[in-house]
Amino acid sequence: MNESQLILTIFAAIGLGTPLIFATVGEIITERAGILNLGVQGMMLVGAVAGFWATFKTGSLTLGVVVAVIAGAALSVIHAYASITLRVSQIVSGLALTLFGTGLASFLGRAGSEPLVGNPSRKVFEPLISGGIADWPLVGPLLLGHDILVYLAWVVAAGASYYLFRTRMGLSLRAVGEDPASAESAGVNVAWVRYAHVMAGGALAGLGGAYFSLALVPTWQDDPIGAAGWIAIALVILASWRPGRAVFAAYLFGAAERVQFTLQTIGEPWSNIPSTLLAMLPFLLAIIAMIVLTSGKRARFLGAPAALGIPYFREQR
Amino acid sequence: MVKTKWRLFATILVAFAMVAAACGGGDDDGAATTQADAGGNAGTEAPAASEGDVLKVAFVHVGPVADKGWSWAHDQGAQFLKSALGDAVEITTLESIPEGSDAQRVFEDLAAAGNGLIFGTSFGYMDPMLAAAENFPDTVFMHATGFKVSDNMGNYFGAAEEARYLSGMAAGAATETNLIGYVAAFPIPEVLRGINAFTLGAQEVNPDVEVQVVWTSTWFDPPKEGTAAQSMLDAGADVIAMHQDSAAPGQAAEAAGATWVGYNTDMSEFAPTAWLTAATWDWGPLYVETANQVIDGTWEPGFIYGNMADGMVALAPFGDAVDQATRDLILEREAQIKDGSFSVLPDPIVDQDGTSRELGDIFTMDFFVQGVIGSPEG
Repeated sequence: MNESQLILTIFAAIGLGTPLIFATVGEIITERAGILNLGVQGMMLVGAVAGFWATFKTGSLTLGVVVAVIAGAALSVIHAYASITLRVSQIVSGLALTLFGTGLASFLGRAGSEPLVGNPSRKVFEPLISGGIADWPLVGPLLLGHDILVYLAWVVAAGASYYLFRTRMGLSLRAVGEDPASAESAGVNVAWVRYAHVMAGGALAGLGGAYFSLALVPTWQDDPIGAAGWIAIALVILASWRPGRAVFAAYLFGAAERVQFTLQTIGEPWSNIPSTLLAMLPFLLAIIAMIVLTSGKRARFLGAPAALGIPYFREQR
Repeated sequence: MVKTKWRLFATILVAFAMVAAACGGGDDDGAATTQADAGGNAGTEAPAASEGDVLKVAFVHVGPVADKGWSWAHDQGAQFLKSALGDAVEITTLESIPEGSDAQRVFEDLAAAGNGLIFGTSFGYMDPMLAAAENFPDTVFMHATGFKVSDNMGNYFGAAEEARYLSGMAAGAATETNLIGYVAAFPIPEVLRGINAFTLGAQEVNPDVEVQVVWTSTWFDPPKEGTAAQSMLDAGADVIAMHQDSAAPGQAAEAAGATWVGYNTDMSEFAPTAWLTAATWDWGPLYVETANQVIDGTWEPGFIYGNMADGMVALAPFGDAVDQATRDLILEREAQIKDGSFSVLPDPIVDQDGTSRELGDIFTMDFFVQGVIGSPEG
């Protein structure tokens, strides 16, 4: 691999990692409230189809993003209701949300007299800056020359980090995820906090989905996001529930998605690795990362919210 | 606690209802479509008693028929069948049916529902269909892209390599870097044939051209296909070709200012500037012929291998990026392919290492020709 290929690979990894940043930061916010939402894949798909639809109808990318965010948040309410109000198994409810969201997205793509499915997007997110400073060596391709959502992802991650660790509401949120009973005795409305942050997670998942249908693969097909939703859930652990680390974790996985092909193009000995093995790379990386991070003493520093996945019963104290 | 259990029960019920709704939605709208519009008899439901008059024909696809690719091309064939035979046939279409043993149940359900002719349009349906054919000896089964036949199961495919050779000529003329990127699904004979014919076609107009192949290990995964194309554009390729079912490689080429050879159908709307041409399928005439044979009782099992001469394989319309001289050259070759005076895969043939070898059985092809970069083993 020559230098320019390395830079281009990193550039591509940043693009591929961007939807993962949105979805992972969203899931971090949700899990910080003590709710595990395995419906990320479903929410991303619904966000992807809703965003595509809005842009297809209006020609506005901004509207596409707004509608995707609303759609993701709306779908997450189902999980919030099931896990917070009904207090059922969050795993069952989250999986159901993924199945439901997958089917719903496919259905919506075919609904109506002029179905969306099989159509290219009317508008596509283009690089914010092209030519000029975007052509500067190294800095140009790595930092400049991306579309606006790449930068929005940085803002979202930084904002979420600030919110979680530097604000009063962030403190309440973390308290709810660690020990909801204590948080409640301190005057925090546990149910309200949980609802709000499940929906925030859904909104970001929807945005991540729209990045696929409006930027990465600007078309509507039945299954345009691969396994991104599932990878995002794994990335939460890799990022140890910290939004800042989620950026790097997401780019690492973006790189894994890309490197499997780059390795096939750079000649021997790399091209001798079976492509089927390379196709496993992102998932292999996820498993290895989880084993390394959760084994032994490191697990204590990982920062999983103590009440994650546990329904909160006010009356059972 | 009793209250809690009830709530759990209620929620699981809700969850199941949601899943059922999701699946049901697909059924109503796409998964099981009865195509009655083309013949003008919307919503005809043939009662069991009239099955002697109406041939029920079923199609089972591995992907969504709206993929504008492989499954879409077969669905176009189904619509052609409906428009040709009208009330004489009633068509059911099942899409996104996974390959593997569960497909057998799908085929048997269709046979039990009175379908007299069942098409399965993906390689992985071969063995499940063979098993179903054994259990339903009075139903005619037709499998695409495989090689097994039985008393009531036939097989059909076509020489896409002929059109791929021609699309390779367009690509060879278009490239300035002399590097063409080829996004390929799986290292099976069908795909290797296509890559080899494409490369030979490109070399005919441009002897210096090389074709870089990357494997995706999937027929249909748009982000993956797009990423694979991008990796080759970044490695210096300025033309992208593909053996995949989505248009994502073309969109990557369009964004990069490169050109693109598609597959299956005219996909030019996805990348109008990048579009060169593509090897495409026309399954309609075969479907009409087969249905007529089943109706007449003259159907015989066998292996059908269509080509450009009989029209099963064709070349998509050229994009603006193909210049007139190249078009003339391609059309001249097309005429020779059709009249049998030109063979796209020569015998003997020079392989990747530069050694001349016998062409052998093209249906078990396991090597690359000279000029292809990549491993034919995947």
